[in-house]
Amino acid sequence: MSTRPRKQIHLGAHFPGVNNTTVWSDPRSGSQIDFSSFEHLARRAEEARLDFFFLAEGLRLREHKGRIHDLDVVGRPDTLPVLAALAAVTDRLGLAGTINTTFNEPWELARQFATLDVLSEGRAAWNLVTSPDAFTGANFRRGGYLPYPERYARAAEVVEVARALWDSWDDDAVLADRLSGDFLRPGAVRPVAHHGTYADVVGLFPTPRGPQGHPVLFQAGDSAEGRDFAAATADVVFSAHSTFDAGRAFYEDVKGRLAAHGRDRDALKILPATVVVLGDTPADAEERAREIRLQQVSGATAIAFLEQVWGRDLEAYDPDGPLPDVEPDIENVSITRGRVRHAKDPRAVADAWREQAAANGWSIRELVVHVTSRGGFVGTAQQVADDIDRHVQEDASDGFILVPHLTPAGLDDVLDQVVPLLQERGSFRTEYEGTTLRDHLGLAHPSGPTARTEARAAAPVG
Amino acid sequence: MPGTLGHPRPVHLGVDLTDAGAHPAAWRTVGSQAQRLFDAKRLVELVATAERGLLDLVTLDDAFSLQPGRRGVRGRLDAALVASRLAPRSSGIGLVPTVTTTHTEPFHVSKAVATIDHVSTGRAGWQVGWSTSPAEAAAFGRKDPQDEPDAVAEADEVVEAVTRLWDSWEDDAEIRDVATGRFVDREKLHYVDHEGIRFAVKGPSITPRPPQGQPPVVVRVTSPEAADLAARRADVARVRATTRDEAVAVREGLRAAAADAGRHPDELRVLVDAYVVIGDDRASAQARLDLLEDLEGVSWDTDSLTHVGTARDLAATVEEWSAAGGADGFLLRPSSLSTDLDAVVDRVVPLLQRAGLFRTEYPGTTLRDTLGLARPANRYAAIA
Repeated sequence: MSTRPRKQIHLGAHFPGVNNTTVWSDPRSGSQIDFSSFEHLARRAEEARLDFFFLAEGLRLREHKGRIHDLDVVGRPDTLPVLAALAAVTDRLGLAGTINTTFNEPWELARQFATLDVLSEGRAAWNLVTSPDAFTGANFRRGGYLPYPERYARAAEVVEVARALWDSWDDDAVLADRLSGDFLRPGAVRPVAHHGTYADVVGLFPTPRGPQGHPVLFQAGDSAEGRDFAAATADVVFSAHSTFDAGRAFYEDVKGRLAAHGRDRDALKILPATVVVLGDTPADAEERAREIRLQQVSGATAIAFLEQVWGRDLEAYDPDGPLPDVEPDIENVSITRGRVRHAKDPRAVADAWREQAAANGWSIRELVVHVTSRGGFVGTAQQVADDIDRHVQEDASDGFILVPHLTPAGLDDVLDQVVPLLQERGSFRTEYEGTTLRDHLGLAHPSGPTARTEARAAAPVG
Repeated sequence: MPGTLGHPRPVHLGVDLTDAGAHPAAWRTVGSQAQRLFDAKRLVELVATAERGLLDLVTLDDAFSLQPGRRGVRGRLDAALVASRLAPRSSGIGLVPTVTTTHTEPFHVSKAVATIDHVSTGRAGWQVGWSTSPAEAAAFGRKDPQDEPDAVAEADEVVEAVTRLWDSWEDDAEIRDVATGRFVDREKLHYVDHEGIRFAVKGPSITPRPPQGQPPVVVRVTSPEAADLAARRADVARVRATTRDEAVAVREGLRAAAADAGRHPDELRVLVDAYVVIGDDRASAQARLDLLEDLEGVSWDTDSLTHVGTARDLAATVEEWSAAGGADGFLLRPSSLSTDLDAVVDRVVPLLQRAGLFRTEYPGTTLRDTLGLARPANRYAAIA
């Protein structure tokens, strides 16, 4: 072990989302819409030399009991225009955004990411998600047209087409030869024809290839199918496994799938999302973490959370009292729409929670605080730096996507206090060594189409 | 009539930043920076120049297909993302990308333009695009190519859905009421429930109402169907006219059609597309054009007012056409951005300012302010 070179940690800054991780009731909580909030986090992340900024996407406002869910942050701007604007106020920071493959067409999506890569000089990343539900589909031309099991099949085809479109331009296609009048190098842009199950795409792609060739591809699915998809296709896995043991198991599982796809272990980075709470002492940090958890789980939020499992209206129950004695309505699983589903049998969950609450003397709110705890790193800056480094050096991850609970300054303390300690250890860069996000993540530049010379001869630009 | 002779309203001036200029050979001139054509910093510099001249807005063309043929600039960036990239590096000037409606999702169009408006704090516009191109239909593979009437009819439906989505959040929907734990007042979020013949959109938007309420909608009048769309739905109509009298007729026609549609005609700004080649004297302007034509080997095929001459003569044309009721302003299409944009800003604009025809500062902070258009009430807001 001691001879292995120190692994370099990769860190991303997640802009706060619209679930209850984000605390909006705190007086320090700023706008989730104003560009100044995005600019703050991106500039601070770049000053700390982080790998990338991360922004999720929304395609339908969440609903609970048939009405728009109003207890968490509601509303967000469009992902890609925000990232394009951030390219104007940062120089090196990677710019990663979630875009759904089900409700976007490959030609448009490839064009948008190629544009972002050009406009940011090689910093674009696409976090691919696949949810095909009819609830979200109600905002789109096709509606909820895609059967759930087919979501990865479509995603794979969308990525295949997007990469073919990016590869249809050579890196040096723009010649701009004033004397000959050739704006494009003859043969450097080739037509694409794809006739597949989910996409039927023919033509000459209009947008130049970005500096990265292919924008970095993130993927977040956790099912076996999702893990295989990541191993075959992704550059980064946005993982939910941030604890050490679960992290190591996930890491080993996913990295172990790479060889079957002819890929090197380093070709895919595994980055769990995590929260960090700092304190001057360990006890101080624990106390702060407890306070934040209570801010995240108001009484109303606790009741709404139970209602998702119980499938019934529980507003009559006191969040500071014991758990409901009524049984869950197992028919009403769609009480909450527009968020990740709870997969387990509601009655078994309810029984386990009642048992847990009784054993610990917990109220509804205390139970929800407990069962929704996202773990994360809680401690002094030194402890957190030690922990993060241990996770990476011992292969529980390749780094982390840091999720703040406050907009926009929730990561300032981590960037100010923890990152310098990681730099002192030699585990995190003190300067950007390259210019692109692929450079930061240590990912190879895609070679593009094979036998390019033959392709030029066979299919000149038309 | 407003804009009566003797007291003309200030003119509006936009400039089109597409490619290296409106002339297909513009990229071949020395100084065109053709190697940097897709470099965001080049566009930032152009916008800074336009803003120095206090121009109302810049437009950016777009399409999903590669330009055909071997000559001319080939290659495009997504115009909406370019506009957003330009927003933090500009202030005052309107940013108006073309976003097409034929193959895109109305929900995506709505939040993209709304977000540019948020990022620019109220300087976004939307030039409504539509496509009859078989190449673009093949790129999406979802439907057959559409003819002009059908594509405009679909654009019409998309404008309806998009503008409804912009209103689907009332301005004060976000309440952050700590006492009740409610972040929004959901009575002020509205399902748009658009059930059209081509698509349905449920809503509400994911993105709160943009700062302008409704970013200005720009429609290029390229057909009778487009004229009808502009009269009913546009805030800004871009028209073509080669003579003053034609411009007067076109503008009067649009204003009458707007009135027929129940609008006040003054809610519509009519900008005439004007191709410009500016020189110290007429001969040197013509010589520049001749050089471009020689490079391309064909004559410049323009479809609207084309000025080849001095800054003074262009200012005089602007004044004359405006005074006659032929235009609320002009959408300038410099033959070569690297040359003619500077001439517009440094020579034409000062002449118009001296004549009292052009503003000497931005009147407010939003594109609507600059265009003299009121911020619209929200169609869903309760009538108290």
